[in-house]
Order: sequence, then C-alpha cells, then structure tokens
Amino acid sequence: MSFSIKKQGEICVVDVEGQLIVGNRQELKQKVLDELEKGEKKFLIDFSQTGYIDSSGLGVLVSLSKKIREQGGELRLANLNDDLKTLFELTKLDTLFQIADTRERALESF
Amino acid sequence: MTADRESGEHRRATHPHVAFDRLIPSDVREIEPIVEEVTRECRELALSARQCALNVPVALTEALSNAILRGNRGIRDKHVRVRAVVSDSALVLEVADEGAGFDLDACTVDPTRPESLEREDGRGLFLMRALMDRVERYEADERNVVRLTLHRS
Repeated sequence: MSFSIKKQGEICVVDVEGQLIVGNRQELKQKVLDELEKGEKKFLIDFSQTGYIDSSGLGVLVSLSKKIREQGGELRLANLNDDLKTLFELTKLDTLFQIADTRERALESF
Repeated sequence: MTADRESGEHRRATHPHVAFDRLIPSDVREIEPIVEEVTRECRELALSARQCALNVPVALTEALSNAILRGNRGIRDKHVRVRAVVSDSALVLEVADEGAGFDLDACTVDPTRPESLEREDGRGLFLMRALMDRVERYEADERNVVRLTLHRS
C-alpha cells in the first residue's frame, strides 16, 4: 500500500495503491494536508489501483474535502471500480464528491 | 464456468467447517494481512468475486477495527480472535475482543442523512450491516463477539 503525489499542471494528482483503511488513512491525510499548506488548491485522487476502502478511509476523504474547500480549493475523485462505487452509493457519498470515470475527465473538470 | 470457479467448487464445504482461526494483538497493522488471508480463503471456497472484493474485506475490516480500537482500546496486549466458518450456504465470520460489548442497534447510525453526510465517523457499523446478510453481537467466554453472516450469492 502506498500513496504518491505528482503535479500535473496546477493539479496535485494522488494515486492510492492498495487499500485505504484504518491502518494507513493518516498517511494519505497528512500528505494532502502538507500540499494544501504549501498553497496547492486543486487535488485529484485516483483510485484506479485501489482495492477497497473502509469507513475510516471514507472519513478521511470527507475530512480532506472539507479542509480543501475551506481553503478555497477543489477535490475530484476518479477511477472508482464498481465495488468502490457501491461503497460511495451505499453511504451517499457519491452525492458529496465530484467523481469522474477517468483521470482525464477529472483533470478536464477543474 | 471458469477454471477458477471449477477448482473452487472442489473446495466447497459440504459441512460447516472452520476455514480460519487466528488470535491477533490489538494493532491496526494486523488488519490488512488478516483480511487478505480470509479473502484468499473465500476465493478458494468459491464465494463470488464481488463478495471477495467488497463484502468480506470491508465488513471484516470494520469488525476488526472496532474490536481493536473500541473493544480492546488499542491495548496491544489484549487480543482479538478471528474465526471463519464456511458451509455450502454461507460464510460466518466471528470477531471476538476483550471489551465490555455494545448495543448494536443503539450504536448504528444512518450516515446517509443530510446532517450526517459530512461526518468523518459513524459509517462502520452501517457498512457492516449493509454488506452482510446478518450482523449479531453476543457475549461468550467473557468476550464480546460480533458475528457476520454472508450467504453465497
């Protein structure tokens, strides 16, 4: 499991490789908050290489969404597989986040 | 029927049997490897792809997380026991901690209500109940046990 952040233009793209769960969610949160503190405003989290997300992982995404918004920034999610989409639908978080089918579409949506 | 499915059919349990039984310390780093092992067993026992990719790993992660952080309050010397019993019709997962237990219904909140949508916590029990066919809590041998039942689909 790992998280990597790359700049694509003015957008911070975060790749989540593996699971986003209680054991590693703080690492993702801190990495994104560090970038936010440096002044970055646009964030895309790509889940194309993500297996599953638990409730604490969803909670971190909600928390980051709020913090980014408070700083005048924007967050997009991309590449949720069918199982991840189900999780977002069950919790109605699909109504809270802007979710794109592909990374390209997410990048274009900023 | 795929080759994987066929080989899985051979391992389908005719009688309920314990496919997994492990005692782990209360450390959230223990969760992922245990979930991977249980999920691998489930694949070999021919549970559906979706059950192996979503229902089992997420619900079991929630149960383990609750047991470690709430039941055992993260005290590493306290242990969590994980059992998986598989039969022709269902998978039963039991997660036992050394805590005092809790009221399953009273602690389950609906995180989909508009006022709860932006809460960071409160989705664990909800997800467990949404992803499993039955969730029960009981006490046995001075342990608090959460039992998750998932019928084969």
